[in-house]
Amino acid sequence: MRMRVLEISVGAFILAGILALIGLALNVSGLTMSTSNGSYTVYARFENIGGLTPRAKVTMSGVTIGKVTQIDLDTDELVAKVAMEIDGNVDFLSIDSSAAILTAGLLGEQYIGVTVGAEEEYLKNGDFIEDTQSALVLEELIGKFLFNEASE
Amino acid sequence: MDKLALLGRHGLDRLAAFGRSSMILFQALVAKPQPLMMFPLLVQQIYFVGVLSLIIIVVSGLFIGMVLGLQGYTILVDYGSEQAVGQMVALSLVRELAPVVTALLFAGRAGSALTAEIGLMKATEQLSSLEMIGVDPLRRIIAPRFWAGFICLPILSAIFAIVGVYGGALVSIDWLGIYDGSFWANMQNSVNFYEDVMNGLVKAVVFGFVVTWIAVFQGYDCIPTSEGISQATTKTVVYSSLAVLGLDFILTAVMFGEV
Repeated sequence: MRMRVLEISVGAFILAGILALIGLALNVSGLTMSTSNGSYTVYARFENIGGLTPRAKVTMSGVTIGKVTQIDLDTDELVAKVAMEIDGNVDFLSIDSSAAILTAGLLGEQYIGVTVGAEEEYLKNGDFIEDTQSALVLEELIGKFLFNEASE
Repeated sequence: MDKLALLGRHGLDRLAAFGRSSMILFQALVAKPQPLMMFPLLVQQIYFVGVLSLIIIVVSGLFIGMVLGLQGYTILVDYGSEQAVGQMVALSLVRELAPVVTALLFAGRAGSALTAEIGLMKATEQLSSLEMIGVDPLRRIIAPRFWAGFICLPILSAIFAIVGVYGGALVSIDWLGIYDGSFWANMQNSVNFYEDVMNGLVKAVVFGFVVTWIAVFQGYDCIPTSEGISQATTKTVVYSSLAVLGLDFILTAVMFGEV
């Protein structure tokens, strides 16, 4: 009888461990089990990426549709080249879509907001988003403001 | 010259102890394993090592999560970003505190008990009696205890993390009035399952291996007197704490350091 109580409690212990792991996965890290249709990568060139980092989210109208996977310097054009992994379900980004680096809140993280254009053709794996808007850098803004003030 | 010889002797002693512990580990685990005969013994040891450690793990997880929530709130509210408490609590728990604090508590709660038990078995010549009747004490005594610690620590660490997160949620949502939607959303946005949760679990597995290895070796290798057992128990706690903290830095540098 004692052995049985012992076995039951060990079973409950292991079960609790598995449940804790599932809780960490679903509740804490927000892992979703949804079956996605894979993903595809599009690129964008930015004059200045500000504080954008890999793993930053890519959104459309505020809804997350992908994430930044890689940032490096485009040695031909001397601007930043950002690779974005877009969810396979989102296959309706037209080729004249635009991408802007936005900031969540006053001090929040930076992310990419994509706005869809009007073309009938859609972006495919490896395509570039041509119309981009760089991150707002506070010092540049202040510089422009001072310049305008001085010229008036 | 005497000093130099002393240093050399210490070094050789350490090296010899390391060699002996590796031999014990190898003989207990790799050479001629008997998984079927071991299973009931293993269940019993998981009960002693894991189930009985649950209370201390759950209570400390709860309080550490609550303290993190409270401290994080008082700092972050100055910058108007108190919603980030969830992300702070979850990341610090999952990446660092859960595996490390669990391993330290485990060394104190279960590691010392393992050492004392095995040491006393040696002092009362139970181990030699087992050998006399043709039972290998390494397989009968050491192997199930080792596996039990190895299995239990990751489980305990996961329980610690989830309890801590809910402790932090309790403080920040129910008591400090942070909007619960942004608390969980911020957390889920910043915690990555593979990079954070899984790496934390890998840490716990490594710590489980190291702590139980040290515990069973110190017990098996102790001087079979009451003084020797007390020394071995102390050594278990000190060595495993040092090993856990040192290894944690190395693992963190490898996993998150981008070195």
